[in-house]
Amino acid sequence: MVPMSEAADFQRAQPMVPRIAHVRRRRHDAPDVWTLELELTDGAHFDYAPGQFNMLTAFGVGEAAISVSGDPAAGPLIHTIRAVGPVSRALTQLGPGEPIGVRGPFGAGWPMAQAEGRDVVVVAGGLGLAPLRPALYRLLGERARYGKVTLLFGARRPEDILFRHEVESWRARFDIDVDVTVDHAGSDWRGHVGVVTTLISRLEIEPAKSIAMVCGPEVMMRFVALALMDKGIGEGAIYLSMERNMKCAIGHCGHCQLGPTFICRDGPVFTFARLRPLLTVKEL
Amino acid sequence: MENLERILSEHPFFAGLDESFVKLACGCAKNVRMEAGQFVFHEGEAADQFYLIREGRVALQISAPGRGASTFLTLGRGEVFGVNWLVPPYRWVYDAKALELTRAIAMDATCLRNKCEADHDLGYDIMKRLMPVLIERLHTTRLQFLDLYGSHV
Repeated sequence: MVPMSEAADFQRAQPMVPRIAHVRRRRHDAPDVWTLELELTDGAHFDYAPGQFNMLTAFGVGEAAISVSGDPAAGPLIHTIRAVGPVSRALTQLGPGEPIGVRGPFGAGWPMAQAEGRDVVVVAGGLGLAPLRPALYRLLGERARYGKVTLLFGARRPEDILFRHEVESWRARFDIDVDVTVDHAGSDWRGHVGVVTTLISRLEIEPAKSIAMVCGPEVMMRFVALALMDKGIGEGAIYLSMERNMKCAIGHCGHCQLGPTFICRDGPVFTFARLRPLLTVKEL
Repeated sequence: MENLERILSEHPFFAGLDESFVKLACGCAKNVRMEAGQFVFHEGEAADQFYLIREGRVALQISAPGRGASTFLTLGRGEVFGVNWLVPPYRWVYDAKALELTRAIAMDATCLRNKCEADHDLGYDIMKRLMPVLIERLHTTRLQFLDLYGSHV
């Protein structure tokens, strides 16, 4: 067993060297989406903040930036991955016992400290719920620190609803309001249908004491942020988690550059105030 | 009638509407109740009502051969549906089905059109309330059409 500080020091000293982990469990969450539970081979605990990400290596294939989707307070290191390219496909096909490289954690996470004492609106679209799940664990695990907590979640179809049983268990709690909507549904679906912005217009909040955390496709986040502003939440209190082509994860390679910022080093979480001028520039 | 006027003026769609206009519009209104699973109207039928939801939820659906009914929008308290009353040929182009016990105000379409035609100030005010709804629905339909969630990693 390696002491936690020693492992963290190693990562800080050699950020480009992956630590070796192995897959403990693999779960199919939605079409093309798998969740991997990982364990570092040296037995060290993996410490991270909600909203941070790791660079995961599928040996012989490549490396990809994947947000942590587990509980920062407990349990194994968890990543939820959609198979969309060679690396992510290889990662999702790793079975129990197989090795995987882990570099991280990297980036600025969700503004948990700023959220204390305020109402929190969490808006997730599709796989965007994965990077938000650690924040939800923290919000629910330290419930008394926060005001009203609301989760609005939009998915493409009912079968694409991520962490379905968990979302249902959150919905059953009295200390969080959960609303789920899908874009397309058959007649057997009893829930909301329509894009996630339609849930925002129905939201009952006190905007001056609210903070929002948003993750999903970039277009969705743009319109969600505008809808939240229409509800009166300031653009400095709306936080978005960005996805760009991250390679080095330490701000050296420039692949994830967005205007003057590096998503990997300065983000991936930014306020809408900071992102707004950049998100509407077509060339970026 | 006084009760219906109050209900109408408190509904978000008519909130803030001049009292005289509410009285005018009220002449076209009635309270309706739909049971869970009940169809409010079907595609192809005459669009002779305009609905303001007070309580409950309604699904708007289109059926396709071999695919069954597909819901493209659900609406709830404070929202409206059945906007086809406004323009010819005044025909529903989708089905509307109550998902749960739903209470609404149904406005007679011919009556409302005639009153808007006779009093353009009323017509313009109603149009100003209807246009944001239509534009919002167009916008959200575009987002649905983009199928946003599928490509996010």
